[in-house]
Amino acid sequence: MSKIKAENVNVYYGSKQALFDVSIDIAEKEVTALIGPSGCGKSTFLRCLNRMNDVIEICRVEGSIKMDNLELNSRKLDVVRLREKVGMVFQKPNPFPKTIYENVAYGPTIHGIAQSKEEMDQIVETSLKKAALWNEVKDRLDEIGTGLSGGQQQRLCIARAISVSPEVILMDEPCSALDPIATAQIEELIDDLKKEVTIVIVTHSMSQAARVSQKTGFFHLGKLIEFGPTDKIFKNPDNQQTQDYITGRFG
Amino acid sequence: MNNYKKNLLKKRYNAERRFQWYGKIAIGLALTFLAVFMFQIFSKGYSAFQKTWIVTEVHYDKELLLIDAESPSKDDLENADYYDVAYKAMTSLDPGLPEEEDRQLIQMVSYKYETEVKDLLLKNPDFLGKIVPIKLTASDDVDQVHKGNYPRDIPEKNRRVNDYQLQIYDMLNERGDILSEFNISFFTSPDSREAELAGIASSFMGTVFSILVCLAFSFPIAVLAAIYLEEFAPKNKFTDFIEVNINNLAAVPSIVFGLLGLGILLAVFNLPRSTPLVGGITLSLMTLPTIIIAARASLKAVPPSIREAALAMGASNMQTTMHHTVPLSMPGTLSGTIIGLAQALGETAPLILIGMVAFVNTIPGTPVDPAASLPVQIYIWSESAERGFVEKVSACIMVLLAFLILMNLAAQIVRHKFEKKWS
Repeated sequence: MSKIKAENVNVYYGSKQALFDVSIDIAEKEVTALIGPSGCGKSTFLRCLNRMNDVIEICRVEGSIKMDNLELNSRKLDVVRLREKVGMVFQKPNPFPKTIYENVAYGPTIHGIAQSKEEMDQIVETSLKKAALWNEVKDRLDEIGTGLSGGQQQRLCIARAISVSPEVILMDEPCSALDPIATAQIEELIDDLKKEVTIVIVTHSMSQAARVSQKTGFFHLGKLIEFGPTDKIFKNPDNQQTQDYITGRFG
Repeated sequence: MNNYKKNLLKKRYNAERRFQWYGKIAIGLALTFLAVFMFQIFSKGYSAFQKTWIVTEVHYDKELLLIDAESPSKDDLENADYYDVAYKAMTSLDPGLPEEEDRQLIQMVSYKYETEVKDLLLKNPDFLGKIVPIKLTASDDVDQVHKGNYPRDIPEKNRRVNDYQLQIYDMLNERGDILSEFNISFFTSPDSREAELAGIASSFMGTVFSILVCLAFSFPIAVLAAIYLEEFAPKNKFTDFIEVNINNLAAVPSIVFGLLGLGILLAVFNLPRSTPLVGGITLSLMTLPTIIIAARASLKAVPPSIREAALAMGASNMQTTMHHTVPLSMPGTLSGTIIGLAQALGETAPLILIGMVAFVNTIPGTPVDPAASLPVQIYIWSESAERGFVEKVSACIMVLLAFLILMNLAAQIVRHKFEKKWS
């Protein structure tokens, strides 16, 4: 079942066009990986899905992006409500310089999800457990989140993202700043999370895309070259460019 | 390695060595100037922290005090006539002196000596009818003689202290009746025309009130302006224009702000002249751009990743700013504020224009009482010829410097204490 349906999305940074007619169907409760060389527009597309491009003043998005029949690329859309439903994990771990507890409790607080302190404690605990961080931090929830190791920080960011029970989580190269062990932990986590949420992940690591995703889209120079089941993209792509990129001949 | 390469390498090392030397020389020069300046101030000013007293005996004679009551009340003591008692206390130093020459003795103590005689009795009512020793503030001239600032070997007519007075001084000094003690009244007294009585209490309080008023006006306005400009305002020609103007405002000579204060605050709004309220508002005009620039710089220094994190969690712009960006920028903003205030603290020109240069011999209790300020006090005293004021100028500079150092220290502490680590 399709969760997000993008049709003919064009993105411009000032006069420079960054995305050309991208159309893509993102299936519910699956992991969709977006791959492609640097500057190909995969992150730009990802940021269209929770309207993070709004922050960039010169950025203009055209086309239609629908999530459950809700038009995302509309001026009338309440981005606060959208971002409650579509969480995001960034390339570099960016926990708030506050305590671990406050980091996870921030989303539920501003969206009024928890009614009481007990409920909040519960949300923080569940989120940290889902992010596989609970056992490591349960005794030091009042320590500053930025004092954790890189991998722990990224899992804290994932816990923060899932604390508001989003329907979709966007991940923008979540493992590029992490060592292989931390990367493996995050990948396991993605596998667990997809039971409940739809995940879109941008990655530079082909093997990561192959390991975690069910669908893969290959971007090149702002165009979606090929999109399909991960197995097919990696084993038997239709397009020559995809074949070349996957086998490491360019990019 | 061929010769050309060797020479090149040698040149590079030499250039680096030379550059380091230039740096060392520059620092050395700066330190030398600072040392000379400090030495000047301290060597001239330290004696202002010592006060000279003349000890004599006073007889609280009920008849001379014109007290009739058997057991006089506080009021009786308050209203008694101390002129004769005080006069006798001084003239008793040399009973042989003819009456018409008595001024020579009276001039050796401050003109307030009668009040000092009165205060001693009011403090110790049981001294009534007794002969007790009393400390009287020595006059500016005796004070300077005692501190060794007046040469004694020049002709008498060129001296402010005549031979007779020197003779009395020597006699008292030999008896140990000239005391030199820490000058508390320098900190507790308001300004005075007499150097031996002048203190910085009124200008100090004036400065404190001015700075508080300045803080109260400039901080909220500047921080709100900075937050709006940095986080909310659209980036267009108009905001660029505002930014350029704020930067220009920071470079406007302070006397111009004084004229503005004079023309608007005093002439249009009719605020009370010579008060820290007007002074503080005028100074806040000067401090505003400094704080805005510092606040904007520290808002800019907050990593965009923190903003993105908050926005991606569904925080509104306002929440992102108030929950994350502003708290993270506070250390920089606060230390910028303190530095702005420290600048305002040393300002003289605008305060002179709005009338804070007036001679104020009361200690202000509120920001709407007339007051001077420390830098203006320095200016006022520096125009006085008496040697006593010369040392007071230096002492006042020391107090001002101490105030400045304290504020800069506060800025450092604020910065270190509230600085948080972000990744």
